[in-house]
Amino acid sequence: MAGIESSFFDLTRFDALSRLDTPIHRLEPRIKVLTTMVFIVAVVSFDKYRVSALLPFVLYPVVLITLGDLPLRYLAGKVFLALPFAFFIGVFNPFFDREVLVRFGPVGVSGGWISFASILIRFGLTVTTALALVATTGMYDLCRALDRLGVPRALTVQLLFLYRYLFVLVDEGSRMQRARSLRSFGNRGTGLRVYSHMIGQLLLRTLDRAQRIHAAMLCRGFDGELRLTRSSSIGKRDILFFCGWTAAFLLMRIYDLPAWAGKIATGMVR
Amino acid sequence: MHMADALISPAVGGTMWAVTAALAAYSGKKLRQVQDDRKVPLMGVLGAFIFAAQMINFTIPATGSSGHLGGGMILSILLGPHAAFLTMASILTVQALFFADGGLLALGCNIFNLGFFPCFVAYPFIYRKISGDNPTPGRILAGSMAASILALQMGAFGVVLETTFSGISELPFGTFVLLMQPIHLAIGIVEGLVTAAVVTFVWRARPEVLEAAATGKVRTPFPLKGVLAGLLVVTVVTGGALSWFASAHPDGLEWSMFRTSGKEELDAPEQGPHAWLGRFQEKTAILPDYGFPAGEETEEPTEAGGTPETAEAEPWPSISAGTTVSGLVGAFLTLALAGLIGLGLRRYHSKS
Amino acid sequence: MSHHIVEIQDLRYTYPDGTKALRGVSLRIVHGESVALVGANGAGKSTLLKHLNGCLVPEAGTVRIGGFPLTPKTLSQVRKTVGMVFQDPDDQLFMPLVREDVAFGPLNLGLPPEEVEERVRQALETVDASHLADRPPYRLSAGEKRSVAIASVLAMEPSILVMDEPSSHLDPRARRQLIRLLSSFRHTKIIATHDLDLALDLCPRTAVLREGRIAADGPTLEILQDEELLESCRLEKPLRLQGCPVCNGKGRTVSA
Repeated sequence: MAGIESSFFDLTRFDALSRLDTPIHRLEPRIKVLTTMVFIVAVVSFDKYRVSALLPFVLYPVVLITLGDLPLRYLAGKVFLALPFAFFIGVFNPFFDREVLVRFGPVGVSGGWISFASILIRFGLTVTTALALVATTGMYDLCRALDRLGVPRALTVQLLFLYRYLFVLVDEGSRMQRARSLRSFGNRGTGLRVYSHMIGQLLLRTLDRAQRIHAAMLCRGFDGELRLTRSSSIGKRDILFFCGWTAAFLLMRIYDLPAWAGKIATGMVR
Repeated sequence: MHMADALISPAVGGTMWAVTAALAAYSGKKLRQVQDDRKVPLMGVLGAFIFAAQMINFTIPATGSSGHLGGGMILSILLGPHAAFLTMASILTVQALFFADGGLLALGCNIFNLGFFPCFVAYPFIYRKISGDNPTPGRILAGSMAASILALQMGAFGVVLETTFSGISELPFGTFVLLMQPIHLAIGIVEGLVTAAVVTFVWRARPEVLEAAATGKVRTPFPLKGVLAGLLVVTVVTGGALSWFASAHPDGLEWSMFRTSGKEELDAPEQGPHAWLGRFQEKTAILPDYGFPAGEETEEPTEAGGTPETAEAEPWPSISAGTTVSGLVGAFLTLALAGLIGLGLRRYHSKS
Repeated sequence: MSHHIVEIQDLRYTYPDGTKALRGVSLRIVHGESVALVGANGAGKSTLLKHLNGCLVPEAGTVRIGGFPLTPKTLSQVRKTVGMVFQDPDDQLFMPLVREDVAFGPLNLGLPPEEVEERVRQALETVDASHLADRPPYRLSAGEKRSVAIASVLAMEPSILVMDEPSSHLDPRARRQLIRLLSSFRHTKIIATHDLDLALDLCPRTAVLREGRIAADGPTLEILQDEELLESCRLEKPLRLQGCPVCNGKGRTVSA
């Protein structure tokens, strides 16, 4: 995982993105969640040798990013950081699937390379879109959307609290790490014993903090159930967004548009 | 170890989502029954703690690499299985949402692999059994090691199964297993050590924390036999059904089966929902048209939709160069168009 | 509105680890009074405050708020009356957005949404934090966090405000704003603080705690000039009563 200090700034930056005011940000959160899920399912439902048919789907994240004022390089960096697992599983495909499926004259491209490319494209599409969803929605709205979509209240409340205190704890953790690194040299002082003491202390402080928070909650009348406010309502624009994109995804899923475009283009050239 | 959306199929993703959702709802209900409103802030803050703790590393002597805390086990020890499961679920959700660590569709898989096994299996049946109600450092160590190692083995195996059933990766089952299990054995050992170290620290500094966590917990989180049996049935059925869906055309699972074992492809049933779904898949998931040997009038390799006669599948596909070129041109055009739309939108948007 | 009196009789409390925090504290505070609670670290200030709204249960002695003894049944009523502002605002601001935090109390009171909105608006306005309504707490400065924490308590419209070290971690400007804000409140105020100058500004009456007992209780100006008393309680005179180090060379300097 990335260093703890850089993670803190990354979190705060990402959180700040959700507070912009753009047409995408203003869409109703549940709609955005549902549309994105349809997108992901559509992309993932292709079978493994499809490459060109996946490409039109890039339109959705493009729209989200441009109309949502999201910084492209920053998002690309995050996508890249998340790549390893999918990459290292996918990279085996060319080894195990060597039947040539496509020929460019004398050069043959095996199915393995095609499916590997497909994996990479899927990865890019799904991860970028998921990040765009979160960057344009904000944790609180997202949790409320999940809550209204049926996620158990215990889990949505948990997500809210976790998120709220993530910043506090990552901050505390990074201060500890800094203190440790200032007094450790080479590999001395960074072993398991010191680590377990650090983490143990952090844990005990965290437990104390939990007690204080609980007391604060009780002092303001907490009775076990957390009530959330400010419900958003789905408007015409939101429904249009959902239906329009779902139709587009279906279209892109069923018909291979790049192939048609290519046929037309090469047909014209001939 | 977090599964990505790029490697799973909707069927696998959806199934695991359903399982995870059921577990989450069940855990939520159990927590409400216990009515301990202290858990609300505690779960949240401990989740944040695990998150932060995972970002700090320690060096492993003699290897030069670093390790960090896992989470599922410590949370189970401090919170009990149900609360720990929900907390793990929230951690994984935030990791997926904000760090792109794991896909959204794959979130169900990840919560199951990294939440269910440590909290509902390894913790009650291994850790608790070994460390008992009055733990000593030795028993904490033994329990943590055993539980962490086994939980990670099960989780890793879950990843293998989910990936294989999805049919996107070509890794044959056997190879994948040989790849995943040893790595996660090492990770499990490290996690066991760390968990033991931290728990022992807490036990020495403030034993009442562990005692408080130990009381009020059920011995087994739910009527385990019933649910495990149910899960087993579900897994077998969906596994079988998934491989049928996947093999409306020979690919994926069959491919590796064919190659590694020389077995014939699974027979897809002729009637019923499988056949209908198979035909539907033919129409919507038409592969590059593998049915036509070179020289014949070739249909567009990626022609979709309403030409059912091209839907015949053959195991050894070949595509002519001409259609490949147009395919590439088409791909290029698509990307160019998308880029232009993007630029145009940005300009329009910044003007308005 | 009844006379909300805070009456503490011979309060004793020992922590689970054996620390005897309070060894018989008696105090009576009437409606509208502003009392500073001063003392060394460990003297028992925070412990005493926590008894005022039931966060801690006395080992012996009684606590009565507005004439009612503090029992599990009267607890929720007392918590509506006594608003407590904690030492660490991060413990108190546990919702993801400021406005949600301020709304937490009113929502738990069961008020209808419009009323909740109104209370949130008013509370934030009172502490001059309306522009912070949609911020997450981690993006607030210490002073802003303090103001929002106060707002979150004000939204419940308590008659008694209990505060634990309100001016800690505040820069001079924020501190001055806090003092100005608190002096405008008509509530009964009980403020535990190390900031003796704040005590001088805000509280006509001061109670001094030493090792779990009240060592002195009287007019602030008198108490805070009693050097012997202050010394015995590990305290000093407020900075502005110590004489100007530039003008007349009296008062403590760094080497003292």
